[in-house]
Amino acid sequence: MNKQTLSTNHQEIIRLENAHKIYQMGTEQVKALAGIDVSFDKGSFWAIMGPSGSGKSTMMNILGCLDRLTSGSYYLDAKDVSRLDDDSLSEFRLRYLGFIFQSFNLIPQLTVQRNIELPLYYLGWDARRSAERAKELAEEVGLGDRLGHRPTELSGGQMQRVAIARALSNDPQVIFADEPTGNLDSATGEQILELLIKLNNLGKTIIIVTHEPAIAAHAQNRLHMLDGLIDRIEGKSDEAD
Amino acid sequence: MRQTRIARNIWLGIENLLLHKLRSFLTMLGVVFGVGSVVAMLSVGEGASKEALEQIKKLGSNNIIISSMKSAEEEATSTQHSHMSIYGLTYDDFRRIATSFRSIRQAAPVKLTRKDSRLLQRVLELRIVGTTPEWFDLVPRELLAGRVLLQSDLAKQAPVAVLTEFGARRLLATESTIGQTVRFGTDQFEVVGIVRSESGQAGNIQIPDQDVDAYIPMEVARRYFGDIFTKRTSGGDEREKVELHQVIVRVDDPKKVEAVAGGIERMLEQFHKKKDYVVSVPLALLKQAEATKRTFNIVLGSIAGISLLVGGIGIMNIMLASVTERTREIGIRRAIGAKRRQIIYQFLIETVVLSTMGGIIGLGVGALIPFLITYFSGMVTVMTLKGILLPLLISMSIGILFGLYPAIHAAKVDPIVALRHE
Repeated sequence: MNKQTLSTNHQEIIRLENAHKIYQMGTEQVKALAGIDVSFDKGSFWAIMGPSGSGKSTMMNILGCLDRLTSGSYYLDAKDVSRLDDDSLSEFRLRYLGFIFQSFNLIPQLTVQRNIELPLYYLGWDARRSAERAKELAEEVGLGDRLGHRPTELSGGQMQRVAIARALSNDPQVIFADEPTGNLDSATGEQILELLIKLNNLGKTIIIVTHEPAIAAHAQNRLHMLDGLIDRIEGKSDEAD
Repeated sequence: MRQTRIARNIWLGIENLLLHKLRSFLTMLGVVFGVGSVVAMLSVGEGASKEALEQIKKLGSNNIIISSMKSAEEEATSTQHSHMSIYGLTYDDFRRIATSFRSIRQAAPVKLTRKDSRLLQRVLELRIVGTTPEWFDLVPRELLAGRVLLQSDLAKQAPVAVLTEFGARRLLATESTIGQTVRFGTDQFEVVGIVRSESGQAGNIQIPDQDVDAYIPMEVARRYFGDIFTKRTSGGDEREKVELHQVIVRVDDPKKVEAVAGGIERMLEQFHKKKDYVVSVPLALLKQAEATKRTFNIVLGSIAGISLLVGGIGIMNIMLASVTERTREIGIRRAIGAKRRQIIYQFLIETVVLSTMGGIIGLGVGALIPFLITYFSGMVTVMTLKGILLPLLISMSIGILFGLYPAIHAAKVDPIVALRHE
């Protein structure tokens, strides 16, 4: 319902204009992004696909504010972030973005609660409020009874749920998921995907990077990349355009 | 909020250290020994100063003590029979010293003789000190009963005596003994007071009073006992003529003590053919204490310096290893939105926690060293608040100094690369 109103309003959350990312590999220049123009709506669910070397990882790093464009512009929530320094990019990641990784990337020496609290810690929340929020989120992903456990004591699916709870704790606009089901069996992967769909239904913009068509099929829109350029875009949004 | 964040960082640091207990402990050792040495150094130095101050207090802080001493030549000839050695300070010396220096406010002459003393039926050899009321100002001791010598005793040449606590106890003298008669040799004196006493050495200076003293007016001592003393030795009687055994003076300003002592020395040189006196300055004990302090500071300071340097490098080394090990963690934190500065803080605090824990253990080790020094050498050692805080401060600084490079190194980690790090 929510999603519907957002997509009809065409509220942009992400826009790339003539985005180039060029790596210098010895004497050779590698164009990881060779001039991309694309925009994602608020509340949409995108899958970025493509074979390895197509530039989808670079795309993810750029969109996730982990890396900067060589040329072109990137607008995140209508703010140009392509010329920002490291500190400001960190600030954007902290306030706008959430990350979910293939290998979960939880900090092993921290408990589930502390892992979920991590973004709140950098946001400067006090311990009591953080603990409440962490508990809420853990319950939301079905791990309310595991707050005191270490990640190593959890199964893969549970670890990914913790990672999702962590990605949600700062109430981000966009959640990036890099092969979120890659290390999980298909049943668990399905559950994780359902969780992501649920979040999308709650209004979060989800961007998933995957090479599995079965996973990508859950997304509203699929962006296929090849050689640093957009190969094709499938899904509802091009019908809408 | 900021405080809780630092507290959380500290706690995180402790948790990370507990994850590798043995490694953390071994890393801390250098700081432990370094801080231990600093603690030992400070407490030995503090002890030396305190001891010197206490000694000076016993001797009189602004006092100069001039004592008669048999000169070396006299010592050589005095073994001959029927020889009488004449040496030491004279009444004229006392007058000259007491009146010539503007900054000398008080002076007391001292004439000593040992006599078998008898009170009621008890006999004890006492050291009879002929002096003036000034003595009791220059060698201030607690008055236990009665009174000290008065100017009027001197004027009247009254045969009165002030006993010291120890001698009095041996003679069964108590408060009720005041007014009774004590015999020194064959002469009778009235007991008018009992004072406490010190005895022994302070540094290399003899403390002026002894436990077996009895104080009588100067003129009385001179009239009753004269200036010639006979000592019975195995080779026969040995006779000495000594007018005064000691002169004690007080200088009004501690800064002038050394200068006045030098002046007295030069004055005496002119009137004495032989060096039959010695001028002691209690304040000089402070200089000796400083010298002791310096020796210990050099030895322990070098140990401390080397240990702290090696310890610091050890900590830096382990932290660099830790940064490499935790590259992925750094990447996660950066991806979530931690700024470089915050990564630096995290690792810096962790290093400071490590070095400060080393410092705390070092404090324990350091408290043990002075204890052992005191136990084996009898040297006084004192732990002060400064002696605890300074080493802790040093260990924290070590953490900051040697933690900065690994922390900056950690902050430079590229999150993209770090997230792929295995």
